[in-house]
Amino acid sequence: MTQFLQQLVNGLSLGSIYALIALGYTMVYGIIKLINFAHGDIYMLGAFVAFYATRYFQLNFFLALIVAMLFCGVLGVVIERIAYKPLRHATRITALITAMGVSYILEYGTQFLAGSDVKTFPEGLLGNLTLELGGVRISMQQIMIFAVTILLMLALTYIVNRTRMGRAMRAVSVDEEAAQLMGISVDRTISFTFLLGSVLAGAAGVLVGVYYNSINPLMGMTPGLKAFIAAVFGGIGIIPGAMIGGLSIGIAETLVIAYGSSLYKDAIVYVILILILIIKPAGLLGKHVKEKV
Amino acid sequence: MTLLSVKGLTKNFGGLCAVSNVSMEIGEGELIGLIGPNGAGKTTFFNLLTGVYEPSEGTIELNVNGKMTDIAGMKPYRVTQLGLARTFQNIRLFKSMTAIENVKIAMHKDIRYGSLSAILRLPSYYKEEERVEREAQELLKVVGLYEKRNERADNLPYGEQRRLEIARALAARPRILFLDEPAAGMNPQETASLTQLIHQIRNDFRITIVLIEHDMSLVMKICERIYVLDYGKCIANGTPQEIKNNEFVIKAYLGEEI
Amino acid sequence: MLKKYFSKENICWIIFAAVIFTLITFLMNVGVIGSYYQITLYNICINVILAVSLNLIIGVCGQFSLGHAGFMCIGAYSAAIVVRSMSNLLGFALGVGIGIVISTIAALIVSIPTLRLRGDYLAIATLGFSEIIRIIVLNLKITNGAAGLSGIAKLTTWPLLFVLMVASIVIVTNFSRSRQGRACISIREDEIASEAMGINTTRYKTTAFVIGAALASVAGALYACNFYVIKPDLFTFNKSIDILVMVVFGGMGSMTGSVIAAAFIGVLNMLLQNFSSIRMVIYGVVLVAIMIFRPGGLLGTKEFTFSALLHRKRKEKGRK
Repeated sequence: MTQFLQQLVNGLSLGSIYALIALGYTMVYGIIKLINFAHGDIYMLGAFVAFYATRYFQLNFFLALIVAMLFCGVLGVVIERIAYKPLRHATRITALITAMGVSYILEYGTQFLAGSDVKTFPEGLLGNLTLELGGVRISMQQIMIFAVTILLMLALTYIVNRTRMGRAMRAVSVDEEAAQLMGISVDRTISFTFLLGSVLAGAAGVLVGVYYNSINPLMGMTPGLKAFIAAVFGGIGIIPGAMIGGLSIGIAETLVIAYGSSLYKDAIVYVILILILIIKPAGLLGKHVKEKV
Repeated sequence: MTLLSVKGLTKNFGGLCAVSNVSMEIGEGELIGLIGPNGAGKTTFFNLLTGVYEPSEGTIELNVNGKMTDIAGMKPYRVTQLGLARTFQNIRLFKSMTAIENVKIAMHKDIRYGSLSAILRLPSYYKEEERVEREAQELLKVVGLYEKRNERADNLPYGEQRRLEIARALAARPRILFLDEPAAGMNPQETASLTQLIHQIRNDFRITIVLIEHDMSLVMKICERIYVLDYGKCIANGTPQEIKNNEFVIKAYLGEEI
Repeated sequence: MLKKYFSKENICWIIFAAVIFTLITFLMNVGVIGSYYQITLYNICINVILAVSLNLIIGVCGQFSLGHAGFMCIGAYSAAIVVRSMSNLLGFALGVGIGIVISTIAALIVSIPTLRLRGDYLAIATLGFSEIIRIIVLNLKITNGAAGLSGIAKLTTWPLLFVLMVASIVIVTNFSRSRQGRACISIREDEIASEAMGINTTRYKTTAFVIGAALASVAGALYACNFYVIKPDLFTFNKSIDILVMVVFGGMGSMTGSVIAAAFIGVLNMLLQNFSSIRMVIYGVVLVAIMIFRPGGLLGTKEFTFSALLHRKRKEKGRK
């Protein structure tokens, strides 16, 4: 039982990271129907920025987190402006390949600049404190993951539901043209969505860097895909769905590693994906909309 | 002879009852009109008959080789193969294909060669494709689009797109043809020639036609029997003359005050 | 009937293929195409098969699949395993046969639940399936896990490769110009209307998917028997994307486009070998640029035909 709880805690920390990335996927998909394959690489860059900030500029964890989030946010907006904006009305496949192209540029650009070796974060960035609750060990890193994730999710929920910009985001995702006619600047809204999504991915990158203590330029690919699957699992375009999806995928993966075989940890995620698509194609919280004839 | 017999057909979408307990008898060779105000459930009714939606209740029986067979909830392609073909209210042509290819697609079920003969180009492929080409050209002549057979469907003017949809539906060799607002968006001349076309199709192809239409002059002119739907219920049926004088129909269309 | 087989168009194509084949054979024999360029050439031909077969699924039938590498993987491993214990052409044929059977079964398993899905959802589901295939290969004994299989006899000869490439193109084009192909195109155009015209959409989506998968497995077999070594890493999601790029770059639905794009990207990759450290960055930039400036691909849905060429010549003459 203790072991199960321990795995659950580990699963939740991994899941929180997936959830943070999934939020970006889900928001971008919700608003421009693009699977932004470069999103996983934004997360990777978050980790790299934090690495350099802590290692060479000796910033503390929180400052590094903020710097990384800012950097990723700006980068997300720049990418949207240069690569995706010209293709807003092109076919989905075209946009998707563009996203792949951007992803290659980010991955291999980073590899070119930073080298392909695995980098490790400075020791003791968050201290080695470990909490023990009835035999379940929770590390400082995990506490930080939970705290940051919860804080960011609350902030995001507030922005989306309570601010003007959030309302604009929701309006554009329902009907871009109608929103435009109502005086909403679609371009600004889309940029803002990329900003939010990328900030969250940046934060996730920093957290994962501190948690696993090692980063490399290709680290974004698999978590990126899994986070996307998490978004689909929860119902793409739905913010609470991405949170639930991320946590579920994280827990499922951790449990498979603990009780099954780590070789199949990636397979389980895809199996979950296929099952949900067969049973409830619109995702856990999604509504199935049938095309009108 | 009864060709299609609908009994107690009902369709609920969540709490909304789009079609409620509608019954209809269609005899061979009839030309039937289905009218009603916007949102009365006419298109939903078509969708139920052609298999796009599964009915919540009721039966739809089609005379297949002299036997009444329930087709409710069958897949649309099966329904079409059994002899029901349709056009769409919001034109659904295969846009980037040419006019003649659009027609050929509906002939699919009557073409006899397998994938292997297609890939190896066996004689049956050439024989059948020649026949299909000939027949598709004939059908385009009927609707007056022969000259434009190699135009892309989305390059045709609106009225011609509607005619092409009719040709395409005919190519499926239906026993009953369902036309969903064939005259929508047409000017008076176009409507007049469409009226003529519908007459001609019925006489030349000897098929049963059911049409949804808002253009009363067209409906009154060509339909032998009319069904009126309002809020999903069938409120009247009869000859054009009877419908014209039916007080429920007048109420549905013009409100209480008359 | 023979007249149909030997129509002007077909004769032109036969001559064209024969000329290309003789020319390249000649160039290889006199050493103009050295062993270095030969690798690129073989790669291009294999990629043509992959691109054309994926084009059948995406361009003709409109089903967005991101799992093509999975089927290639099946073909490669089937051929490799058989050929390692039976290294002659019979073994190759057997390996290809087994690959086709397994990938057909896999394609059926994949397609039955997933082809109900549309667009992006289908893409993600097929991606998931192909990753599952790869993970299975990674964990099986017979495939030797992550290390992969090596010592596969080089049975992919130039004539064999050329013949199979031409055969794949013929199969796909003939299929897409038949009633079955028309049915597939109508599904791409408007699935609801297609079904209303009496077309069993599930059946034809599955057919296109299975043919595409089977051809991809043939390409995999040719790959395995050309490069001596195969390992699961070769068949990741990135390989699927590479194939997709060729299809989209050439123009979805245009087989001519796929062939040209496969050749173009093959040559591009070869040229970029010299800049290996930033090769992938340049590749990424090229991708983004192509998509922004030519979103419909090189040829759109157009095909090159000899009859169109002759027709145009006649027209020009007439004008003079």
